[in-house]
Amino acid sequence: MVDRLLGRGREQASPDTKPVDPKDEVWARIQLARNLRRPRTLELVELMADEFIELHGDRGFGDDPAIVAGFARLDGRRVVIVGQQKGTDTEENISRNFGMPHPEGYRKAMRVMELGARFGLPIVSFVDVPGAHPGPESEERGIAEAIARSIGLMTRLPVPIVAVITGEGGSGGALAIAVGDVVVALENAVYSVISPEGCASILWRTADEAPAAALAMKMTAEDQRELGVVDLVVAEPGQGAQDDHAETARRLQAVISAQLTTLADVPIHELLERRYQRYRSMGAYTELSAPPVVQPERPGFADRFRNLLDPGRWSVGVPLPPGRGREEPPAREEV
Amino acid sequence: MPIKLPSFRSRRNAYPPDLWTKCPSCEEMLFNKQLDKVLRVCPSCGHHFRLSAEMRLEQLLDPGTFEERDGGLQSVDPLGFVDQKPYPDRIAAAQVATGMRDAAVWGFGRLDGRRIAVCVMDFAFMGGSMGSVVGEKVTRATEAAYDERVPLIIVSASGGARMQEGTLALMQLAKTIAALERLRAVAVPYLSVMTDPTTGGVFASYAVLGDVNLAEPNALIGFAGARVSAGTIAQELPPGFQRSEFLFEHGFVDRVVQRSELRSDLALLLRYLEPAREEEAEVEAGAGLPSFRPRSILSAIADRVIPDLEPETNGRYPEPEVAPESVAVRPPDALPEARPAPEPEPAATVPRETDRG
Repeated sequence: MVDRLLGRGREQASPDTKPVDPKDEVWARIQLARNLRRPRTLELVELMADEFIELHGDRGFGDDPAIVAGFARLDGRRVVIVGQQKGTDTEENISRNFGMPHPEGYRKAMRVMELGARFGLPIVSFVDVPGAHPGPESEERGIAEAIARSIGLMTRLPVPIVAVITGEGGSGGALAIAVGDVVVALENAVYSVISPEGCASILWRTADEAPAAALAMKMTAEDQRELGVVDLVVAEPGQGAQDDHAETARRLQAVISAQLTTLADVPIHELLERRYQRYRSMGAYTELSAPPVVQPERPGFADRFRNLLDPGRWSVGVPLPPGRGREEPPAREEV
Repeated sequence: MPIKLPSFRSRRNAYPPDLWTKCPSCEEMLFNKQLDKVLRVCPSCGHHFRLSAEMRLEQLLDPGTFEERDGGLQSVDPLGFVDQKPYPDRIAAAQVATGMRDAAVWGFGRLDGRRIAVCVMDFAFMGGSMGSVVGEKVTRATEAAYDERVPLIIVSASGGARMQEGTLALMQLAKTIAALERLRAVAVPYLSVMTDPTTGGVFASYAVLGDVNLAEPNALIGFAGARVSAGTIAQELPPGFQRSEFLFEHGFVDRVVQRSELRSDLALLLRYLEPAREEEAEVEAGAGLPSFRPRSILSAIADRVIPDLEPETNGRYPEPEVAPESVAVRPPDALPEARPAPEPEPAATVPRETDRG
């Protein structure tokens, strides 16, 4: 993990290579999204907001440094800020758990969002997370429950919500604070259901195929916009956001402010209905008019013959052919 | 020319038509017909075999009462996903192997005579993974429960979100949860049954959000795959990690229920969690009603005579002493707005507090 964040991130910081293979291109983008020098949530908020006051603790267990939450003034508008916070060096990354939140992080985010919504403050969330923390203590304290409740809260909070994906949008850990009326992504941000390494190790049976998995999952911001998961893509300055933090913040601020202004005019019940429909309509399927045709399969001659012989076979102790029985579950490495 | 003998190999691998099954836990050889009679639970060690959706419905519902809905929903390939095999091929193979269109089935049925909306997942179909079709079925089941004010039961068995549909599969978490939030606002019960395995995005969405969470014994239930946990964190995993009993211990499952008890437990719970009738639901969502009602002598007597009056009316006495204007002012489709600071239900907060010690 350290290697992934430090080593490869640095390599990509010198962007002289002109990738031609679409796999390499996507992979380069993922490295940009993971770049150690990419602006983090606190830095973006500092650059954008006139003031910021951070709040801590979930009131149940503790304070999770991987998620920051608080109030800020953005172009004169009071807003709630929540976001994942990665570190900018190894030391900070260790203290911030590499931006992987525990359940108490999401519960803190819920608490602050709920508090802000009670006072009519719109919410701006910044998403940059490899995935929720996958360790035993996370499971013990109910990471799945925290994520599900946070998603549920955001689907019904009666204030405008703008979600911004600034770096990695890693699965449920990202979606937990990325449900909004408008979802914005930076140009080099990525969003996926599972990390490309995890996907590759399940479907290709080796993590080395991660670039292929990344390409297949269509995880870049532009692809996500085409799928309708992301509404707006904000161009990054220079070779990427890491080159010019101030400019990145300025561009984001303009988009966020414009969206908040538009959303402020929408009546709340209409806003909530639109938000519901935004997620209700997601997914791709066809609907066949005919009910599923499930025919009880008549065993073929060979099967019937075999069944006839079966008791005899067992009594003489013929071993079971290999590959029988129901399979074990593939460990679905969703983080 | 060699004579072609009939093959001794089975044609279908998913459900071997063998007469015998070996219990993976105690290695006992079990006669299949006998195993079906005992609900596919090993009689010697209590191992719960995985069930197909069809068998699950058969065990859960009153015989012959299931009416399937939206059976024609079928996955498409929104990303053009190809790994070692194209996604449409994988779907087709799973359909042939299981005879299902996708990994979930939903419809109406009766449990103990009570009409319910029920959605059941089948692990045999691509690991029970949740793509757009599963998400859509769960959402439609929830919306139907909302419209008809009937209880909802979802039986989960899934490895998580379906990677082949990318973030569209991830968005099914938000879609299903949003529908469940609406159901919660009108006081219609949702019972979640977690079976082996319930992991990833399915656990982190509708499975964990039941008003009551039940789990079958020793089922694998968790968010991150054990390999990820072990690999990323480089920690020893405690024994029994991510099993039903582990979740029970940490307060995320109300009851670990043997399969033979599941039906009766669900029926019992439904007797307490009677869905509010529509006009009652409106009143409940309206703010400003006093939660305390003066008890008259009559109601105290009624309490003694009919002791189960209270649970059946959700703790409220059925006298129609409702201020009519409080019903009228509330716009009908602004349910979430009417309650800006929703209190977490006691069922969810109590275990969390105990967890925190």
